Amino acid sequence: MITRNDTPLDVRHVMKSFGGGFDMRRLLPRRVNGSRDGNEPRRVVDDVSFHIRRGEIFGVIGANGSGKSTLIRMISTLLLPDAGDIRIFGHDVVAESMKVRALINRVSADPSFFRNMTAVENLLFFGRVYGLTPGEVKQRTPEILARLGFEWDRAIEPMSHLSRGQQQKVAVARSFLTSPVLMLLDEPTTGLDPRSKRDVQAFIREVQREHDASILLTTHDMEEAELLCDRISFLSGGKIVAEGTPVELRRMVARGRPMDDISMETVFMELTGRDLAEDEAPQEAAAGA
Amino acid sequence: MTSPATPRDIAIPPMPGRFILAWAFVERQTNLWKRYWAWELVWLVYGVVNTLAITFIAEQAGQQGIASEEDVRYLVLFLLIGTLVWAYLSAVLDDISLVITWERWEGTIEHTLMAPVQRWVHLSGMALFGVLHAIVRTLLIFAIAAPFFTIDIGDADWAAAAAVVLAGSFPIAGLAILAGVLPMLYPERGTQMSFMVQALVLLVSGVYYEVDVLPPWLQAFSYISPATYILDGIRAAIIDGENVTEIWRELAALAAFGAVLIPGGMVVFAIAERWAKKTGRLKRQG
Repeated sequence: MITRNDTPLDVRHVMKSFGGGFDMRRLLPRRVNGSRDGNEPRRVVDDVSFHIRRGEIFGVIGANGSGKSTLIRMISTLLLPDAGDIRIFGHDVVAESMKVRALINRVSADPSFFRNMTAVENLLFFGRVYGLTPGEVKQRTPEILARLGFEWDRAIEPMSHLSRGQQQKVAVARSFLTSPVLMLLDEPTTGLDPRSKRDVQAFIREVQREHDASILLTTHDMEEAELLCDRISFLSGGKIVAEGTPVELRRMVARGRPMDDISMETVFMELTGRDLAEDEAPQEAAAGA
Repeated sequence: MTSPATPRDIAIPPMPGRFILAWAFVERQTNLWKRYWAWELVWLVYGVVNTLAITFIAEQAGQQGIASEEDVRYLVLFLLIGTLVWAYLSAVLDDISLVITWERWEGTIEHTLMAPVQRWVHLSGMALFGVLHAIVRTLLIFAIAAPFFTIDIGDADWAAAAAVVLAGSFPIAGLAILAGVLPMLYPERGTQMSFMVQALVLLVSGVYYEVDVLPPWLQAFSYISPATYILDGIRAAIIDGENVTEIWRELAALAAFGAVLIPGGMVVFAIAERWAKKTGRLKRQG
């Protein structure tokens, strides 16, 4: 029997809204849709439930503003859900945030480093705050970077001297350095050149095969989702509108058509009523979803 | 209800001691300080020039016959101590109150705040760096500026002065932690607001003048500024040669301030962080 504590990530009925109410900074009702309504919070994540199985790569696909990043932030303990429950191996992300943080790590769309520090210095800091000794960081870093196709002699240059692709490889290295059991990959290959993208994707697959890491991947790259993910969910307007393996998702819209003729973009459009390339409502995008 | 244990094969990694974790922040800030050496040079030069510009006022008073030679010597020391103490305090206040602002500037706020480090350990590391950084900068300013003046510090009780700096660093760190809440609550303008806190401390604490010259309503604020007691204590130790037992009032006041401002600052910071997490203010951009 699978109990909740065997589940790397268990999200149940999670809700998150932004805005509405009273703006204490200006002592006025908040502006919503151009009017001082003050009573209309924007729901960015709306009753979302899903779980990740151990050793699985689970994809969340949605357009900009659909709620992907908000979901990742709540799982990362950076944002408090308004309702619902998020547990990582049974640990509540709100009540047991310190335990949760020790079990997870994250890669964002932007590399997020101290720009004037070198890759080694950045990795040393982030490794140490996750409990690694300097010796462990120095031992693991070259191997991980080599597997990502990163030239070691660039590791002693300031991050600002590195290309976007190189920075993102260091970001991936940072996240895997701590051997997390749950990885949160928030559009990790966005903006990368094709080669860097392939290197990162290959590394993700390799880590899944060789280590006991479960991975949540958010993306709006359908090809990447099909390549990497065991199961995929579609997020639209803050709700999960469909979930399954790529085959199961195609079957939902097939209606007699050959499955091979149905692209995942088509599946997304038919199940969500949206084009993946179009942003969701501006309010949701502004809320940082 | 207790939460179920993590599966036996998924162990929560043991974390090193808190001092080691706090030291990681000291190391990081030191690496950043080395990279931003040009800015450090700018602030050093500014500190030296500020010290000279203000302390020369005393020399002018002597030249113009406004003050006797003895009074000029006293005024030189009074202003020199004031500028140096302010250089120290403002450096500590900057380094700690900008703890969130730094992370936003660098775009690392999410990754740092989701690390498994208790916030008080994070803040302690930043405070420790702030104090060490401020000591180095202030000593450099003193070494460069002091030769410009004839000063007699032969009677100074340096142990008492060091005790004041040590005791005073805690409440100043606590005040800085409180000021550091502002950038978290107000991503767009919080940094500017935290600098306003510094400005108020400068005005009411007797940095360049005795607090007695302030209007009564401003003097009232001087009693609740830890910097007032730091300045009084250091001047007593260096100018008047008073020892630790003779400046016990200032040390006691600073200890009391520290006992309130450090835990109080941490609690307020924790409350503010929770509110920021509720409202989504811990994003990379403000």
